[in-house]
Amino acid sequence: MAEIIEKLVTTDEIKADEYLVNMGPQHPSTHGVLRLLLKLEGEIVHNVDPHVGYIHSGIEKMTEALSYPQLIHLTDRMDYLSSHMNNEAVCLCIENALQVEVPERVKYIRTIFDELQRLASHQLWWCASGMDLGALTAFFYGLRDREDILDIFEETCGARLTLNYSVPGGVMFDLHPNFQRRVKDFIKKFKKKIPEYDTLLTGNVIFQERSKGVGILSKEDAIAFGVTGPTGRASGFSCDIRKHHPYSAYPLVNFNEAMGSDGDTFTRWKVRMDEMWESISIIEQLIDNIPEGDYAVKMKGVIKLPEGEFYQRVETARGEFGVFIVSDGKKNPYRVKFRSPGFSNLFAINHIAKGWKIADLVAIMATFDLVIPDIDR
Amino acid sequence: MTNEQLIEHLSNAYPDAVAKIGIQYPEIIVGKEMLHAFMLKLKSDPTLAFDYLVCEGGVDYPTYMQVVYHLESTTHKHFLVVKCNTENRETPALDTVSDIWPTAEFHEREIFDLMGIVFNNHHDLRRLFLDDSWGFPLRKDYKDDIHVVER
Repeated sequence: MAEIIEKLVTTDEIKADEYLVNMGPQHPSTHGVLRLLLKLEGEIVHNVDPHVGYIHSGIEKMTEALSYPQLIHLTDRMDYLSSHMNNEAVCLCIENALQVEVPERVKYIRTIFDELQRLASHQLWWCASGMDLGALTAFFYGLRDREDILDIFEETCGARLTLNYSVPGGVMFDLHPNFQRRVKDFIKKFKKKIPEYDTLLTGNVIFQERSKGVGILSKEDAIAFGVTGPTGRASGFSCDIRKHHPYSAYPLVNFNEAMGSDGDTFTRWKVRMDEMWESISIIEQLIDNIPEGDYAVKMKGVIKLPEGEFYQRVETARGEFGVFIVSDGKKNPYRVKFRSPGFSNLFAINHIAKGWKIADLVAIMATFDLVIPDIDR
Repeated sequence: MTNEQLIEHLSNAYPDAVAKIGIQYPEIIVGKEMLHAFMLKLKSDPTLAFDYLVCEGGVDYPTYMQVVYHLESTTHKHFLVVKCNTENRETPALDTVSDIWPTAEFHEREIFDLMGIVFNNHHDLRRLFLDDSWGFPLRKDYKDDIHVVER
C-alpha cells in the first residue's frame, strides 16, 4: 500500500483534491475477500484498482501433482456456485481427449444438474444483490427458495454446494428415485416465485432509479475485455457457449439466449431474471425424457491422457469457463490452466465505474456477480 | 473461414510461422519478433477479425517457455490457437498484446506473477496474486520447502 501511494504521488498521478480509499477486503458488497483501491474526488470514483489474491490457493499448481479424477475435486472450490459446471468442464475435456462417448442418460442428468445449479446460483445472486442495494427482504426470500434446489442435490449426490457429482465417463451415482418428482414439484413452485421476485425488486421505483443507465458497458468493450455470461449478454455480446458450442444435452433442447442491448445495471439484472425462465424451460424439456441406461461408462483405473493439448469451454452461471490441459502422457497433467469467467469480468469494472459514485459502484459490482475464489483460484 | 482455409491463409501470409491443424483447433507458432505485428493483423484484418481473446496462459516446457493465446472471432466464429516461445529462462520476455485486447493486461499480469515472463511495453506490470518475496510457482524448477509436500 505504502509503495503504491508513493508511486502515485511521485508520478503526479494523484491530484490535490483526490484521495485513496480501500473498499474491502472485508466490505460486505465485495462478496468475499476482494480489495478495491478507489481513487476518489469527493464521492466520485476516478479509478478502481482491484487487488486480488487474498484467497489465492494455487489450484493450477496443485493439479500438477494430482491425477485426473483427483483434480476434478479442486474445480469445485473455484466457483463454488457453479461447481457442477466446473466439474463437467474437466470431465468433458478428459472424455474428448480419450474419445469416450458417454451414455445418453449421463448427458441428460448433467444438463439438468447444470440448469438446477444455474437457478440456485442466480437465486443467490438475486438475493445478495438485493441486499447490496439495501433491500434486505430479498435476501431471505432468495435463500429460502434456494434450499429446495440444494435439498434435491443432497438427496441424489449427498452434497449441497460442492457437488463432485460428475466423474470422467459419467456421474458418480444414479439419480435418486424421488429426483424427477421433486424437480417437477420445485419447478411448479418456483414458477410462481419469479413474478414475486419481480414485484419485490424489478418493478420497484427506487431500485430502477439506482440501476437504469448506471455503469454502461458497450458491446465492443464487453468483447475487448472478454466479459462473458449474462454480464456480457446484457451488452449485446452473444457469447452463450450452450448455444454456440453445445455440449451434453444442449443440442437437443430449444431455448433462447437471454440477451440485452443497453449494457447498464438494469439490463444485466433483467438478463439474469430472463435466464431463470430459460433454465426452467430447459429442465422441463428434459425431465420427463431421461433415457434409461447406464449412468457411467467403465473407465480405466488409471486415466492417462494422450500427449497433446486439450481445451474445453462450458457456460457456467457467470460466463465462459475454460479448461486448458497440457498432457505429456502421464497420469497427472503437465499443466492445467483455468480460464475463469470472474477473472475477465472483474477487470472491466474499472472501465465502466469511472465517473460514478461509490453507491453506483456497489450496484455495478452486484450485477457483475463476482465469486472471489473463481478470480483468485 | 474453415480451419483449413484459415491455416492456408495464414501460412501463405506468414511463411516463417509454423501452422497446422491440431487435435481440436488450428494452431500457429510465431516467432517472438513478429508476435505483436501478427496479433495486430489478426485483430484488424476484416477477413480474420479475431476480436475476442478467450484465454491466455503460460506453459513451462523443459527447453523453452510458451505463452498460448486462444482467440475467437465473434463475427466469423472461427477459433485459433497462437503460441509463442521464448528460450531464455533467466529473463524471458515477450511483447504485450494488452494494447490490442485490454483483457490481456490482466492475463499477462497473472503470467508474470506465476511464471516470471516479462511483457515488454505493458503499462502496469505488477504481481497480481502473490507478493514480491515469492518465486514463480508455475515454473517446473520451483522449489518451496515449506508449502510444497513432495510425494
